[in-house]
Amino acid sequence: SHAAIKIQPMRQFFSSGHTNNWAVLVCTSRFWFNYRHVANTLSVYRSVKRLGIPDSHIVLMLADDMACNHRNPKPATVFSHKNMELNVYGDDVEVDYRGYEVTVENFLRVLTGRLPPSTPRSKRLLSDDRSNILIYLTGHGGNGFLKFQDSEEISNVELADAFEQMWQKRRYNELLFIIDTCQGASMYERFYSPNLMALASSQVGEDSLSHQPDLAIGVHLMDRYTFYLLEFLEDIHPSSKANMNDLFKVCPKSQCVSTPGHRTDLFLRDPGSALITDFFGSVRKVEITMETINLTEPIHFVNEERQKETYSYVDQLPVSEIIHQKPKQKDWHPPDGFILGLWTLILLVFFKTYGMKHLKHIF
Amino acid sequence: MMPVPSSVPQPKDDFQEELVIRPLHSGDIYASFQFRTLWETDFMRGNKVSHYRLFPKSLGQVISKFSVRELHISFTQGYWRTMQWGQPFLPSPPGAELWVWFQDSVTDVDGTWKELTNVLSGIFCASLNFIDSTNTVQPSASFKPLGIGNVTDHRFLRYATLPREIVCTENLTPWKKLLPCGSKAGLAVLLKSEKLFHSSFHSQAVHIRPVCQDWQCKTTSWELRQTLNVVFDLHTPGQGKLEWSLFKMFSRTLTEACPLASSSKIYIDITDDPQGEQFEVSPATHLLSQAMVLGDRRTFSVYDLTQQITFGTVRSLNLLIRWKSRDMLRPLLHAERYVAGYGLQTGEIHTLMYNNHPYRSFPVLLLDSVPWYLRLYIHTLTVTSKGKDNKPSYIHYQPSKDRVRPHLLEMLVQLPPNSVTEVTVQFERALLKWTEYTPDPNHGFYVGSSVISSLVPSIVAMDTNSTREQPLFSSFFPCKEESSYFMRVYTEPLLVNLPTPDFSMPYNVICLTCTVVAVGYGSLYNLLTRSFQIEEPSPGLAKRIANIIRKMRGVPPL
Repeated sequence: SHAAIKIQPMRQFFSSGHTNNWAVLVCTSRFWFNYRHVANTLSVYRSVKRLGIPDSHIVLMLADDMACNHRNPKPATVFSHKNMELNVYGDDVEVDYRGYEVTVENFLRVLTGRLPPSTPRSKRLLSDDRSNILIYLTGHGGNGFLKFQDSEEISNVELADAFEQMWQKRRYNELLFIIDTCQGASMYERFYSPNLMALASSQVGEDSLSHQPDLAIGVHLMDRYTFYLLEFLEDIHPSSKANMNDLFKVCPKSQCVSTPGHRTDLFLRDPGSALITDFFGSVRKVEITMETINLTEPIHFVNEERQKETYSYVDQLPVSEIIHQKPKQKDWHPPDGFILGLWTLILLVFFKTYGMKHLKHIF
Repeated sequence: MMPVPSSVPQPKDDFQEELVIRPLHSGDIYASFQFRTLWETDFMRGNKVSHYRLFPKSLGQVISKFSVRELHISFTQGYWRTMQWGQPFLPSPPGAELWVWFQDSVTDVDGTWKELTNVLSGIFCASLNFIDSTNTVQPSASFKPLGIGNVTDHRFLRYATLPREIVCTENLTPWKKLLPCGSKAGLAVLLKSEKLFHSSFHSQAVHIRPVCQDWQCKTTSWELRQTLNVVFDLHTPGQGKLEWSLFKMFSRTLTEACPLASSSKIYIDITDDPQGEQFEVSPATHLLSQAMVLGDRRTFSVYDLTQQITFGTVRSLNLLIRWKSRDMLRPLLHAERYVAGYGLQTGEIHTLMYNNHPYRSFPVLLLDSVPWYLRLYIHTLTVTSKGKDNKPSYIHYQPSKDRVRPHLLEMLVQLPPNSVTEVTVQFERALLKWTEYTPDPNHGFYVGSSVISSLVPSIVAMDTNSTREQPLFSSFFPCKEESSYFMRVYTEPLLVNLPTPDFSMPYNVICLTCTVVAVGYGSLYNLLTRSFQIEEPSPGLAKRIANIIRKMRGVPPL
């Protein structure tokens, strides 16, 4: 009876072509008055987690800590709506890169996968050629660049090259790039790799504006584009059929003041056939099997004979021992180049002055 | 499948949880959670361990892969105010602190240390990967192993602090996931981040060490202790009354003990008032227990969560504590540290250590680790007590190397009774390369807390008998003699400003220079190459028409 599964729904199931989802969410701004950028990133994090992507597949980078900042009147919270309606920080957040770790270099290394070997798994983007990746950037930007932490910038050319590296190394199937900064559309102008779709909150020459301030917290809580994006995503559930054309309609000029832009010419499918959950949700492919598997017998380890020596705790502050401590053994290092050169010079001068005949006495 | 009877007993593991609540003199309340997992197993023998039950797998793999003998890591937000709150059960410095003893089979300790910090930064969502050779030291006497063992070769010890490290929910989340019951049952349901971080002091730590299994101490088990200390401020919830309840502190009540725990208890410190006049605890309990902790005999009311009657008919436990006034136990050892001087070139670090015992003197070991960019002048080091010079009986100093190693200074000083000992050393600030500045350099640079380890004389005879079942909070530091107990005190971290260049200047300089060059060169070029010609101005309209008519007449123009 299981073999009679209809083929029709299966084709629909596999039509998108990806098998796993990843998200890289980056907030690039530091300092308390940039609270809204952290709130932006955390609202996208919250939506993406709610729609199914697990923490192990999300790389969250926050350049500063707003929740436990000493200026925050409600610690361990980051709000997106005024009157403290929605705490996007939550109780279950895992930030992978925080504080000074959010740099252009680390961001590009995460994207291209060229990380030092001791980097833990939670800090890596372990995507393959069947992964759909969502990349969200927010912060302060300009025409052709995005500022990281007030001290460095990433240009649109670098970003386009990073995506090309990812394409050549088969690190993504399809990639959705969303950016919420001033003049955000300039960041996707230079893309040239296939299967990229990009959205930005404002065109070149326009500023992205912030939404509303909260008088109790004292700063602006969210940017307009991401605020309306969050409202749109709150209506999406994991089995929703909403597609990318609905996403392009988020935040028209009347609400956003700036004109959001999008770019789909590099995307091979029709944007109308790409579902929102293709990027914001998570695909779980389950294969049901009816075979039985025999478990092997448990391995018994014979307990080796107990040692006869008695252990004891060490004295924490043995005063007499410390006073009479011998100097610790230093690891022996071979002599420095400088010392070797100096000795060579001394020997040369000696033999020059006193003649080479002494040499035969030595050797 | 039929279960196969095994002749060998499976490794035994055991989980205990406890909460100690101590009302403080200033009206604040101190809550200390301890979760202990004991496991009789051997991580060191290859891949023998494959089935984890109560012990978290991520930490077990860390121990076996990096041949760790002892691991102590703590994340703290806030500074412990010893003079107002007394002594904590488990001290910790602000920021992150990590110290590890490796097994003597490790050949490259520095490489293993670097890999270990990276792995831990992934497990605890903290930026521990910033620990490198510039902030790691190798103390020679201060940090002896807290577990059992005979090896004390300090080449296998590494200590590092990150005073700038922020602690927030993202560190608490993976910490809670290491517990056997998670945060779903037992005492861990009280750990809600919105209340825990809205406090004066918050510290969470993980301690792994081998301990004796029984009094004969012929076999060892691995002990994992997860501790969380928090001090709630009297004035935070709004009302200033000396009344606290579990709901007011944690916004939760307890409904059950963790089913995997062999013991789950709450202790409330009622030492000053066992009759119940000054102090009121409800629901009342008749279980009392006495313990020797921090050199004093304290009395506790005990609530056993494994007994169903503790929860009463409402099936939930919300302890209410009310008191009128409270004596403070004056701490015997207290330390402060500050930077003196003016300007951005030189300064002086002052460390003050107070001995408040009326007639006994005791030794303390001071460990100072100063980053390389504060160049200490050790010839200016002075140690004075009561105005007179106090020569330390042991000094270990390792000078710093620029961009490689920090300063390490360890001194064993005998503190005279009822006195203040002042340690001063002058330093000079270095100018960093412009890429070494953090993105917010005007905030300043942190210097980690000093560690003061000491054997403090105790008022009552300490319990050296390790066979009796002791509550967790009194059995952390091993006790070898009756007349004194071991204690660690941390000073404040320092925040110093280094001479910071103006980072907008390169842009300004380029604009100014280009303007000057353009104006100067442009003018010079024009002067040298311009030639002047005389040109008639063009005549007005009337004159032009007149010229046309004249040309037609054949007469010369005007």
